[in-house]
Amino acid sequence: MCDPQSRFVARARRRFAMTRECAVLLPRVCAALADPRQPGLDDTCLEKLLDWFRSLTWFDPTVELVRDNPCVTELISSVLALPDPSPSILAFTLQLAGILASSESRFQHLQQEKLLGRLFGREGPRGVAAWEDASVRSAWLKGVHSMLHHLPALRCLCSTGGMDVIFTLQGDPSLFVASAASQLLVHMLTFSLESETSKSLSTKDCDWPACAQMIVKHIKESLQSSSASHVEQSLKLLSSLFGSCFGSCYAAWTDVLWLDIAKQIESFLLEETLQAQPMLANILLNVARSPAFCGTEGSFWAIVTSALEHLTPIQAGPLAVGLLKLCKCPQDVRIQALTVLLQPMDCILRAASQPLECAGLLDESVSDPVTVESLLSSKTSCAGLLCQTLAHLEKLLSLKHLRVDLPSESLLRSLMTILQFCHGFLSPASPLGITISRNLINSFRVQKSALDVLAALSEKKDCDTLIGSLFDVLLAYLQSPNTNPTVLKKTFQATSKWLVHLQELSSSNSQCQQTEKILEGNKVVCHLPFTDVFVVLQKRLCSPCWEVRDSSLEFLTSMVKCLREQKEFRQCLLSSEVLRLTENLLEDPESYVRASAVTALGHLALMTCFAPVIGNQYNKESIVAKLQEILSTDSEGFPRRAVISIFTKWLREGCTGQLKDTEQFVSRVIQTVEHDLDWEVRLGGLELVEVFCSQAIYQLSQCPYAPVSSAVTSSTPHNELLQVFCRAKLFGFLFGSLCDCDKPVGQRACDVLVGLRGHFYPVSTLENPQEIEDSPAGRGIAWLQRTLRQGSLAQNFPTGGGVGVDFQDPESMMLALGAIDLLELHDELNKSSDHVEESPQSLLQDILATLGTTGDNEVDCY
Amino acid sequence: MSGVELSPCTCGFCWTLRGTRWLHLNDAQVPPTSPAHRLIKLAKPLGFGYTNPSIQFKSTTIMLDCGLDMTSTLNFLPLPLVQSPRLSKLPGWVLKDGSMFLDKELKECSGHVFVDSVPEFCLPETELLDLSTVDVILISNYHCMMALPYITEYTGFTGTVYATEPTVQIGRLLMEELVNSIERVPKAQSASMWKNKEVQRLLPAPLKDAVEVSMWRKCYTMPEVNAALSKIQLVGYSQKIELFGAVQVTPLSSGYALGSSNWIIQSHYEKVSYVSGSSLLTTHPQPMDQASLKNSDVLILTGLTQIPTANPDGMVGEFCSNLAMTVRNGGNVLVPCYPSGVIYDLLECLYQYIDSAGLSNVPFYFISPVANSSLEFSQIFAEWLCHNKQTKVYLPEPPFPHAELIQTNKLKHYPSIHGDFSNDFKQPCVVFTGHPSLRFGDVVHFMELWGKSSLNTVIFTEPDFSYLDALAPYQPLAMKCVYCPIDTRLNFIQVSKLLKEVQPLHVVCPEQYTQPPPTQSHRTDLMIDCQPPAMSYRRAEVLTLPYKRRYEKIEIMPDDLGKDPENPGVSSQELSFSFPKFSCS
Repeated sequence: MCDPQSRFVARARRRFAMTRECAVLLPRVCAALADPRQPGLDDTCLEKLLDWFRSLTWFDPTVELVRDNPCVTELISSVLALPDPSPSILAFTLQLAGILASSESRFQHLQQEKLLGRLFGREGPRGVAAWEDASVRSAWLKGVHSMLHHLPALRCLCSTGGMDVIFTLQGDPSLFVASAASQLLVHMLTFSLESETSKSLSTKDCDWPACAQMIVKHIKESLQSSSASHVEQSLKLLSSLFGSCFGSCYAAWTDVLWLDIAKQIESFLLEETLQAQPMLANILLNVARSPAFCGTEGSFWAIVTSALEHLTPIQAGPLAVGLLKLCKCPQDVRIQALTVLLQPMDCILRAASQPLECAGLLDESVSDPVTVESLLSSKTSCAGLLCQTLAHLEKLLSLKHLRVDLPSESLLRSLMTILQFCHGFLSPASPLGITISRNLINSFRVQKSALDVLAALSEKKDCDTLIGSLFDVLLAYLQSPNTNPTVLKKTFQATSKWLVHLQELSSSNSQCQQTEKILEGNKVVCHLPFTDVFVVLQKRLCSPCWEVRDSSLEFLTSMVKCLREQKEFRQCLLSSEVLRLTENLLEDPESYVRASAVTALGHLALMTCFAPVIGNQYNKESIVAKLQEILSTDSEGFPRRAVISIFTKWLREGCTGQLKDTEQFVSRVIQTVEHDLDWEVRLGGLELVEVFCSQAIYQLSQCPYAPVSSAVTSSTPHNELLQVFCRAKLFGFLFGSLCDCDKPVGQRACDVLVGLRGHFYPVSTLENPQEIEDSPAGRGIAWLQRTLRQGSLAQNFPTGGGVGVDFQDPESMMLALGAIDLLELHDELNKSSDHVEESPQSLLQDILATLGTTGDNEVDCY
Repeated sequence: MSGVELSPCTCGFCWTLRGTRWLHLNDAQVPPTSPAHRLIKLAKPLGFGYTNPSIQFKSTTIMLDCGLDMTSTLNFLPLPLVQSPRLSKLPGWVLKDGSMFLDKELKECSGHVFVDSVPEFCLPETELLDLSTVDVILISNYHCMMALPYITEYTGFTGTVYATEPTVQIGRLLMEELVNSIERVPKAQSASMWKNKEVQRLLPAPLKDAVEVSMWRKCYTMPEVNAALSKIQLVGYSQKIELFGAVQVTPLSSGYALGSSNWIIQSHYEKVSYVSGSSLLTTHPQPMDQASLKNSDVLILTGLTQIPTANPDGMVGEFCSNLAMTVRNGGNVLVPCYPSGVIYDLLECLYQYIDSAGLSNVPFYFISPVANSSLEFSQIFAEWLCHNKQTKVYLPEPPFPHAELIQTNKLKHYPSIHGDFSNDFKQPCVVFTGHPSLRFGDVVHFMELWGKSSLNTVIFTEPDFSYLDALAPYQPLAMKCVYCPIDTRLNFIQVSKLLKEVQPLHVVCPEQYTQPPPTQSHRTDLMIDCQPPAMSYRRAEVLTLPYKRRYEKIEIMPDDLGKDPENPGVSSQELSFSFPKFSCS
């Protein structure tokens, strides 16, 4: 077998090939497109056509495409000959020509036809009225971009004045055109330097290729221009340039270029009036990411430091967080970047406390603290700055390897302060605190961001002394009727994470007294605050707002997942009303809530009925029966999906009893789900079957890892296994699912069957299915094979047994597994469902039909 | 020139705005003694009630609202419908020196002292303003007319009262319930000794701090109610009412309750808006008309939410959660409430909630002498309802879903606990009944009945009374108490947006709106923030409103012009002039 990549390429090549049928249709399509009397095609069709040409040229760089299909060049000529072509057809032609000219041989061919100069040269379409249309200018740039993959094209463009057009288009009123021009210049500079030079370059090197020289000169001139827009365009270009270097271009020329413009960039940092400050941060970050600057010391990092000092906290934030993610960044710069991010948090902490009470979070500021204070004092910028800062901090906390120490405890204190401000709990003493408090009260945006960071911070150590106060804040949020449902959800998430953290902390402390210290401020020392949590959870489970009920159930599930082994948690849970309320919510009118209740109850069942708990009144049978009923009768898909997912979880965790019980359980479930209208439920059923199969194989195989040596083995475990699967009615479900109208179901069923075949037959036989013998069983399997090829098993499924396939007969099923070409089926199922409709031939026919020039119509006309 | 003057009354609810004559001069031209427009607050700044300013405008005295301060009733013992051994055995209060002369009037209960007599109410201010001179009373909503019989029947008032139809009808129900609740529990003794100023200062708080106790009066009677209501002239939203040809008043929807109104008081060149008890939330009434408040010279702002930190949605959620938890645990829920208003929204919310909460089999009882009328009235005032509910009427469906609750027997209503109710009564259940002060009405019975069990819960939803004060005579209490005040009136954020939208030249409001609440001094968000800063007033203060009148429209009729002896044939012609800085006395 060839490797998957080759198979993919071969399939793609076949799919996009110029077939005989396409070659017949293409001239008529081209003629129709060039005909100005024809109605315009919609852009989607033209884009699809361009995509096809792109694929064709990508797989075949030779000139044959244009030689064998002269209609294509004729189309270009015809459009160029039109006195007033429509913008859409002209844009199409420009892009088509660019795509065709992407290989050198076709470029030469088009040059000989004298087409390219008329498209992209001096005598190009810039003079025609259609040029006023932004789509045409954009198409011109795209065409040039496609073409510039070889030096002749680059040189041709430079020599025919194309560069000036591109420079002009950088300032185009259409942002799409301006951006495309900028991207094109980046591509040209990179391509020119990488294709036309072989030795390393210096700043004064006159050997820079002509094209690169032109672009660099343009950049420098623009940077020194008095026009703000020119400066901005140049900075955008540089930002893209250095951005594109990251990951792909490690060339030294980036370093050379940077040295050339560094002074100018540095001077911009001090210009407060410049509107392009955010772009400076972007450029510096892109340069810092470039491997060319790894380990560079001195000047570059001095500019970065200066940027951190002079940019506003909002502008410097993205730069700071970017720097902190870098592997190679001087430590002092990292610390400075972190300081920039922590400044607003520091300001919050200071504003909330008495002047001498709290030292804040930072020893010193990077930039003027007054700037941060004024931003936090303003109603309009306060929430924005804090949300941005908090989002950056959350990113940092999610990093596995942060190379600076975060002051976790102070950060936690600051977060708590923000949350208290937002809820109006805190009474600040300072005027700044009063102003910030006023700005933050009821700001859901800030609350959500702060709770996200709080949740992320639970992974960090060194916050333990504040846990008591933290739970006070979290519980106040959970209890307050004014807490917004989304904020409540975030509070639940943060609480859940911190409960887990606290539990870990508690279990790691062998002596109770140590935990008492940790929980300083909590009334119930040495105990996790489960009682309070369950009281509030009970209330929230009764909320009239379904989002609140739903997030309460999710919170319960997450707690059960993480804390079910914790004795105190189990006691509090079982003595509360939560179990009963959760059970009630299985009948909630909102399907999302029912689904969440199923999930919660499924997890609760793992600890209440499957694990021995004294005094529990929830027996296994009643819960299984309830969930089974939901699976059979619930009118919405979400609860049914949740049930099948929980059943699979139970199976995975080995909670469904002995194999015999599990077999019956699985059999019941698949009989319920095989006719479910929701494909995700059916897919869930297949997942359940897969887990069951692997467990049964594991349990019944004497040595699960021993390779199967012969084809059909008559050893007892195999027979027994087949009998188990047949009794559970797996095969009928699996083969039936192969023809499921929803493809993922068929694919999954095929995967499971391939896996089963691999167990019962040697892997080497997979590509060579067995011959089907002429016997009653064999004839049934032959019918099955034919039916599967037609994809109609679902309709012809043997219900009365008249067809001759007995899906519960182990012998027949063994035969079916060996004889049916599952690999072929697998390939068929992996084909895109629209592979017929999306074929190039179909596209060409569609175009002709739209343009009204199909053969039938022509006949009608005659 | 001077503007308008404000001064408040002692009753807690009434205001009068007095104005000068219509024509005004600028400051330089008007002598200091020139009469001014004045706004007189005839209300105590209790923090609970409503404010009733009065305005004198073009020699017309307009009283804005006529609310009744019922917080005085909290000083009295509850009136039990059924003999209460607990209340009847309460010890008399004895002075520190052992004097027992007040032990018949005052009773002690759990450290609090209560007056053992029929509850009394604090009347509107009468000293600042002779109420017989009031020409017009404008009513904002049915809660703001509860003192009307005291004004119309006791002060020599001869003017007209304007209110919308739902306001009058539901106001009547509230008065009827009040009268009925008090009259059906006759109390033999009355207490007056404690009101003696020399005696009062010896009493413990809050009795010793009660103001104007000599003004407190027993409840009015139904004939007085009927007489008062007969003086009301019904008006519709946006209807322009000319007052003596001098001033025009117009009610606008305020979005707070059925038929609730804000009022525009205007002349040709001046416009005063009176905003009282308004809501921007989507509840059952017609939405608030904000556009018509634009271009006001002065906007008098009262009736903001009394619980600005409590979000009504959150409180409804809290209400439902606590209700469900109590009932699931086998307990009963008592909701002290008025017979109209928030109860409609609560029933609607419960209609959607009970099935999801598995409470379909739990009976809901609404007990009030006017329960039936209230539920029926709500369904017939379609034109006063929000758009969604109006649409239902055309389907035709009842606008409020409590009709369905009644039809399916989930909600049952009774005039009192006697009669059918005692036969139908099943527990656990939810009871809505009055009065929210817990001093009279059927609620007293349920407090006595359920107070001893911790399974039961009383949920306070009306914000007019301190729930701790309301519960004081029932202590010690085992039942759970939940405070979920649902006040849909404007909060400070909404006020800020409203003021930015309507941009009045000047805002006038009670002093407590211009500073953070005393217990939360850091909450600077809980005060009015506008430019120029709002002009505030205190109790019994007369304010000069800061607007300048520069123009007057006069009509010159032929009779006024006189005949020109030289041109007797000149025809009579109506002329209109606008005079800047025109002076006329």
